[in-house]
Amino acid sequence: MPNSGATRCSASRLPTLLYLVLVTAGAVAIGLGTALLIESDTQLRGFYRTAFFMPVASTLIAMAVVWQFLLHPSAGLVNHMLQWVGLQPQDWLNNRRLALYSLAAIGVWQMAGLAMVLFLAGLKSIPQDVRDAAALDGVTHPWERFRRITWPLLGPTTLFVVTVCAIRALQVFDTVHVLTRGGPNKSTEVLLHTIYAEGFGFFRMGYASAMTVVFIAGIFFLTQVQHSAMERKTHYA
Amino acid sequence: MMLTFSARTFLFRALRHLLLMAGALVFLAPFIWMVLTSLKPVDEVFTRELTLLPTRLALVENYTEALTRVPLLRYLWNGLLVCTAILVLQIVVLLPAAYAFAKLQFRGKTWAWRLVLLALMIPHQATAIPTYVMLHHLGMLNTLSALIVPFSISAFGIFLMRQFFRTVPDDLVHAARLDGMSEFELVWRVMLPTAVPALFAFAIFSVVWHWNDYFWPLLVISSPELATPPLGTMFFRNEEAGINYGPLMAGTVLITAPLLLLFIAAQKRFIEGVTLTGVKG
Repeated sequence: MPNSGATRCSASRLPTLLYLVLVTAGAVAIGLGTALLIESDTQLRGFYRTAFFMPVASTLIAMAVVWQFLLHPSAGLVNHMLQWVGLQPQDWLNNRRLALYSLAAIGVWQMAGLAMVLFLAGLKSIPQDVRDAAALDGVTHPWERFRRITWPLLGPTTLFVVTVCAIRALQVFDTVHVLTRGGPNKSTEVLLHTIYAEGFGFFRMGYASAMTVVFIAGIFFLTQVQHSAMERKTHYA
Repeated sequence: MMLTFSARTFLFRALRHLLLMAGALVFLAPFIWMVLTSLKPVDEVFTRELTLLPTRLALVENYTEALTRVPLLRYLWNGLLVCTAILVLQIVVLLPAAYAFAKLQFRGKTWAWRLVLLALMIPHQATAIPTYVMLHHLGMLNTLSALIVPFSISAFGIFLMRQFFRTVPDDLVHAARLDGMSEFELVWRVMLPTAVPALFAFAIFSVVWHWNDYFWPLLVISSPELATPPLGTMFFRNEEAGINYGPLMAGTVLITAPLLLLFIAAQKRFIEGVTLTGVKG
């Protein structure tokens, strides 16, 4: 049977993992970068925080429709910009090699703000006297301060943010269903979308339930990592 | 080259603003483009050259079409109704439950609490298939109740409030009992007022979650007149099918506006509520 469950399952594993890694890495990197930059000075703090958090506060389905328009092959803003700087326009959502990366970019756009506020909270919890003590010891260069004080103390927060983002990335469904429906050529067939398509499109409830168990196992694993991160966090607080 | 201290601070500030402004522009671009497109007539949407501002304002026609082509107001009303009903039911269940777990002793408490913790870890999409089958047998598919009932018990809400109630001093509870209050009275008249800030954060968490939820309405709702805003957005998009983006963008403006306004009006509270998702997973 060419359409048997096993082949479909392995087909949906790769896009899911790739999406998870790309979105988690992207959201954590941008979230940490913006949090550090925002926290390093007082000017326009509120504005920047609002701007980066806006995607988190918006209705993702509606914004997915907006993204579809932004990524439109001929009328989209993204391709207009590319042509403006002299690059080739792309068909972002219908190109088998690009579709998953386009979805991941939207995922990062939507999640980076959440990572940012979690990092901002983590930065606030670093006691001022630790920074003062470091300054007395001659750690004054910003990069040195980050490498020797901020980053180690932010370790548990980082692990926590990574798991939060990974759990959310594993649950991706909305953008996939609106923009690609798993295609083209199954290149964006992520776990939850496969469950939906199998269970409610083809009414293979048994198979969909089996895949749900895999889904729950993934979430359980990430939750366990998260709990250990939260325990370590309380040691520093 | 040696720079004076103030020159270095100035350079650093300029660089900080440059980076953050560029980032903010990218993050806000979809919103700006959505609003600008919702003001453009159809012939200005599909152009060879990129035009930022509309030369002819099509505000009235785009928004009129968005409101008449599909029952957009109906979607928003359904969303409000569903979110309110879910929140009220959740609070009615979670406050007494959290109180019982925090302040009462009863047989099987340890095991019941373990079940709550277990339920906390299960993502709601995972229970979609059995819940769907149950609703099918009850004949409740394609009703507003199908959107509300499965979410009326929030393990996360019970967990959150129980943690909060544990910090309420026992003396307060004893004093209320000595005054002759019944246990139910105690929950609503003594515990509830102490829990308002935590309950507010939970309310935002719950409303944002269910207002934005697309997966569940997609499964159980098939009639357009029962659609919530996210599902309605899809009906609208399929209706327009990439022909005219002006009214479609006007529709997305109207659908994203309620939560964005709530966010801008109560930023601190909103962020508090949404970051609870981090704890919930």
